[in-house]
Amino acid sequence: MQNLIHFLSDPWPWYVAGPLIGLMIPTLLFVINKDLGISSSFRHMCAMMGLKKISFFDYDWREHVWSLNFVFGIFLSGIIVSLFFPNPEEVNLSENFIAWLQEMGVSDIKGFLPQDIFQWSFLNSPRTLVILIGGGFLIGFGSRYAGGCTSGHAIMGLSQLSIGSLIAVIGFFIGGLIVSWFVLPFILTL
Amino acid sequence: MKSIKTIFLGILFGTILIKSEAVSWFRIQEMFHFESFHMYGIIGSAVATGMISLMVIKKMSLRSLTGEEIKPKAQPLIKYANFFGGILFGFGWALLGACPGPLYGLFGLGYSIIIIPICSAILGVICYALVRDKLPH
Repeated sequence: MQNLIHFLSDPWPWYVAGPLIGLMIPTLLFVINKDLGISSSFRHMCAMMGLKKISFFDYDWREHVWSLNFVFGIFLSGIIVSLFFPNPEEVNLSENFIAWLQEMGVSDIKGFLPQDIFQWSFLNSPRTLVILIGGGFLIGFGSRYAGGCTSGHAIMGLSQLSIGSLIAVIGFFIGGLIVSWFVLPFILTL
Repeated sequence: MKSIKTIFLGILFGTILIKSEAVSWFRIQEMFHFESFHMYGIIGSAVATGMISLMVIKKMSLRSLTGEEIKPKAQPLIKYANFFGGILFGFGWALLGACPGPLYGLFGLGYSIIIIPICSAILGVICYALVRDKLPH
């Protein structure tokens, strides 16, 4: 039992976590017969809010209620993990990367999100606003335009050998690399 | 009953995302800076496992637990949308340091400020819906 709690508490290595994520695909198919995907939940929320005047949201969201239940479960997993088997305080980062972060004004590397940026009290700082509002907006807009996000395209789509998903994932990395190398350093030092 | 099963599956998926640190802003930035193999290992081995699972399901014509036929919908090829939408998503992924699944998990972990990017993402979807006729697909 002690060992189990120990295992649950330590961060899982990629060769454990990756296959487990891959196995979510057959698990979802066997248990509820649905395709893995997260970002469509945003669209279903719009349909649920009754934005029927926009044809994109004019459908019965109840047929997709599983997607909302699934992301509700992800939300609950956060509560459960933080209560019963929280991760260690710090992610194990390379020295090199920590030095880069410091240069960018990110010195607090505890937890999952840098507290130098992701805090209510920093809502008046331009970098926090651009990151939260701009980042969220692009994720929503981009995932719907591309027809999926990291789970629907990168995990599910690539597993299906879908060409569309491969194009999307190439796009994810082109976009991600451009922002991370050329835009983020500028925004972080705003 | 089906809802409870689905919520349970969400808890399972979320727990894996959290325990593997895939929800970590630091892990995502580190991945884009090629400072660690961790995220590439996760994505690569997840795809390999998913691919094999789907092949086995297809080869053996396996059925769901309730006896339904399993037929995953193929992701349609919409060239321009896949590519340009993908790039925009990538911008957001690196800017925010999180993708949609982790957003819900981070919110549950107690990072209440994540409600802002979640609302902003919904706003992004609404804007997409309004301009989609004018975008190349």
